[in-house]
Amino acid sequence: MSRLQVVSGKGGTGKTTVAAALALALATEGKRALLVEVEGRQGIAQLFETQALPYEERKIAVAPGGGEVYALAIDPELALLDYLQMFYKLGGAGRALKKLGAIDFATTIAPGLRDVLLTGKACEAVRRKDKRGRFAYDYVVMDAPPTGRITRFLNVNDEVAGLAKIGPIHNQAQAVMRVLKSPETAVHLVTLLEEMPVQETADGIAELRAARLPVGRTIVNMVRPAILDEADLELARETPRTAVAKSLSAAGLGGARRGGVAERLVEPLLNQADEYAERYALEREQRAVLQGLELPLHELPLLAEGMDLAGLYELAKELRQQGIS
Amino acid sequence: MSQDPARANDSSRERAREGEAAARRASDPARAIDTAAASSAVLGVDALIDDPGTRIVVCCGSGGVGKTTTAAALGLRAAERGRKVVVLTIDPARRLAQSMGIDALDNTPRRVKGIDDSASGELHAMMLDMKRTFDEIVEAHADRERAATILNNPFYQSLSAGFAGTQEYMAMEKLGQLRAREEWDLIVVDTPPSRSALDFLDAPKRLGSFLDGKLIRLLTAPAKLGGRAGMKFLNVGMSMMTGTLGKLLGGQLLKDVQTFVAAMDTTFGGFRTRADATYKLLQAPGTAFLVVAAPERDALREAAYFVERLAAEEMPLAGLVLNRVHGSGATQLSAERALAAAENLAEARIVDQVGGKAGLRNSPDTYGSSEPPATETAVPEAPSSDAGSPAADRTSADGAGTDDDRSTKGSPEGRTVEQLTAGLLRLHAERMQLLSREQRTRDRFTALHPEVAVAEVAALPGDVHDLAGLRHIGDRLAADASSAEAS
Repeated sequence: MSRLQVVSGKGGTGKTTVAAALALALATEGKRALLVEVEGRQGIAQLFETQALPYEERKIAVAPGGGEVYALAIDPELALLDYLQMFYKLGGAGRALKKLGAIDFATTIAPGLRDVLLTGKACEAVRRKDKRGRFAYDYVVMDAPPTGRITRFLNVNDEVAGLAKIGPIHNQAQAVMRVLKSPETAVHLVTLLEEMPVQETADGIAELRAARLPVGRTIVNMVRPAILDEADLELARETPRTAVAKSLSAAGLGGARRGGVAERLVEPLLNQADEYAERYALEREQRAVLQGLELPLHELPLLAEGMDLAGLYELAKELRQQGIS
Repeated sequence: MSQDPARANDSSRERAREGEAAARRASDPARAIDTAAASSAVLGVDALIDDPGTRIVVCCGSGGVGKTTTAAALGLRAAERGRKVVVLTIDPARRLAQSMGIDALDNTPRRVKGIDDSASGELHAMMLDMKRTFDEIVEAHADRERAATILNNPFYQSLSAGFAGTQEYMAMEKLGQLRAREEWDLIVVDTPPSRSALDFLDAPKRLGSFLDGKLIRLLTAPAKLGGRAGMKFLNVGMSMMTGTLGKLLGGQLLKDVQTFVAAMDTTFGGFRTRADATYKLLQAPGTAFLVVAAPERDALREAAYFVERLAAEEMPLAGLVLNRVHGSGATQLSAERALAAAENLAEARIVDQVGGKAGLRNSPDTYGSSEPPATETAVPEAPSSDAGSPAADRTSADGAGTDDDRSTKGSPEGRTVEQLTAGLLRLHAERMQLLSREQRTRDRFTALHPEVAVAEVAALPGDVHDLAGLRHIGDRLAADASSAEAS
C-alpha cells in the first residue's frame, strides 16, 4: 500500500471529497493519515465543517476504531520561508526577502518553484519519523490539482532539476522525484460516468504513464442509483399508456381515465424513463471505457441528501468495503 | 419551498413562471428583484447578446460546470442572430473543439462552418496557444536580436510554457488583442480552469507588477539602485538576496534569470501598460461577465465568491448561468407520495402471490421490507443507491443489492406493469429529491445575492459535441427569459 496517495480528477468530480473519504478510510483502526491541500481553496475545512485551516498540521477527524485524520493546507510562501529557515537560518532576512517581493516572485512566477514547494512539503510529511523512528503518518493523502495539470504538477521537479542544475533546489527536486516515481506513491483519478470526465481521465492516465508516474485507481464518484434495469426499460417501451395509468390509479394516485389525475402523470413519468434510458446507455458506454483502462475501478454512490460530514463517513466506509484501504 | 414547480423544463414551467413574471413586470424587467426569497431576476440572454453595445462576454466559474460549452453556445446563438462573433476558448474538450472545427491549435480565429447565416452573422472560434501568445508579445516589443535572446532563454521557455498565472494572463492578453482588431461585433471568452476564481482577475496585475517591480530592477541594475539616497538598505537586502537565490537556484539559473530580465528590460513598460489596459477593458461598459455554475454546493459557493469579487473590482456582472438544472413534468407528485404509491403496488403484489419471492426481490427496499411502509418512505434512497450499478456490485461487499439485480435480469419476462409503475414512481421520487436539493442550494445563493439575474439551463441527459447540440443549449439558455417575458 503506497504511503503517498495523490487524488486528482476533472473539476467538478468531487476529488476533494474523495480525498477526504480516502484519508478517513486509511486512518481506520488506529492509523494516522494526513490530508494535504495544495490549492488554497480551503475545501477540506468546508468539508469537515471547521474553520479555515492554517499552515499547520492539525487533527480534524477521528476515524472508526481510533484512527486520526490530520489536515494541512500548504501555503507556498510559508513553505518557502520554512525551507529558507531550515537550510539557511535566515531569520529576519526572510522577512526582508518578502518585503522585496522575492518570496512572491519565487512562489508565483519562478518556473515550477511553487509546485516544487507543494510536492516537497507532502514528501517531507511522508518521510518524517518521530523520536522512536516510526513514521509520523502512516499515510499522506493529497488533494491534488485537476487531471489536466496533474502530470505537470507532479513532474515539475524533473523540470526544475534540469533548470537548476546544482544547489539545494536541484537536490530537493530530485529527492521529491524519487518519492513520486516510486511505489511509495499512487495517483488516483476521480471521474464521473460522463463523456468529458472519462475522456479526460483516459488522457490523464496516458500522460501519467508516459511520465512514469505510478497510476493507482480510477474512482467513479456520484454514481446514481440504478432504479430501472433493461427489463423495466423494455417494458416501459411496450406497455400501453392506459395500463400504466390504471396501475398508477391502483396505487392510489387518482383517476385513470383520460384527463384523470393518474392519467396525467403517465406522460411525464414515461418521459423521465426515456431520459433515464438515455443516461443509462451513456453510462454503460463510459463504464466500458473505464474498464478498458485496466486499473482497479471503484464506484461511490451519489448521496441523496447532498454532501455532509455524515456522508463523508459513509463514503469512507464504502471505500473500505471495496478494499481500497 | 423545496417543491417549487418553477424549475420544470417543459410547459409546466411556463405556467409556473406566469405568476413570477407578472410580479416582475411591475418593476425594471432586467434587474428586478423578487421579494420572494426563492427566486431572483431572470437573465435575458438574448437581450444581452443582441445589444450592439455588448462587445465582450466573459464566462467564468469553477471547473466542470460547462463554462466552455456555455461560451460556445452563446457565441453560436449570437452569430445566428446576426452578429459577427469570435469565441476564444482556453482548453476545450476535444469533441467540442472539433464540432467548431478548431481542433488545430494555431492561435488564429477560424471561421466555423455550418451555422445558420440567414441573419448574416458569422462565427469564428479559436483555441488559445499560451506559448505562442507570449512569444508574439515578445516579438512585438523587442527588436529581432533581443527577441531571439529572450525566446531562447531557458527561464523564459519554462515561464511561457505555463506556470501559475501565465495562462490567465495570456487569455486576457489575447482578449485585448482581439478587441483591438475591431473585426468582431462580439467576443465571447471562456476563462481558464483556475484553481480559484481569484487567479484570473489577479493575473494581469500580478504579472504586470512583477515584471517592472522592485525585484526585477534589483536583478537588472543593482548598482544604480544602491547609489540612490535612502535606498541603501535595499543594497544590503539585494546582495543577501542574490546570494541566497544563487545558493538556492544554482548559479546558472540565476544567470539565466538575469539575462532574461535584462533582455526583457525594454519591454517591461509594454507589459505593464498592456496589463493595465486589459484590466480597464474588463471594467468597460461593453464588457459583461457571466458567472457559470451548476446547482451544486461547491460550484455555487465559487459562484457567490466570484460575484463578490467582481463587485469589488468593479467588473460588470450580467448574471449567473445555472447549467444542468433538473426539472420534472409531474412536480405535482411529491417524492413522498410517489414512494408511498410505489409501496402500495409492491404490497399488492405480495398479497397476490402468497410468499411471492419475486415481488419482494424486485423491490429495491429488500432490507426495509419488514418495517411498516409508512416509515419506509423516507429511506428507500439508501438501499437503492447501495445496489448501485453492476460494477459497484462487483466491488461492493453488500450482497443484497447484487442478488437483487441478478434475479431480475435473469427473468425479464416475469416483469409486470405494476413493477414497472413502481419503478417509474421511484424514479420520479429520485428526481423530485434531486430537484429539492438543487432548489435548496440555489436558495442559499439567492439569499446571499438576490440582485444577480439568473438564466437556468435545463439538464441534458448526454454530452454536447456538435453545432446542433450547442444550438439546443443556446435555446435553453434563452428560454428562461422568454418564458418569463411571454406572459
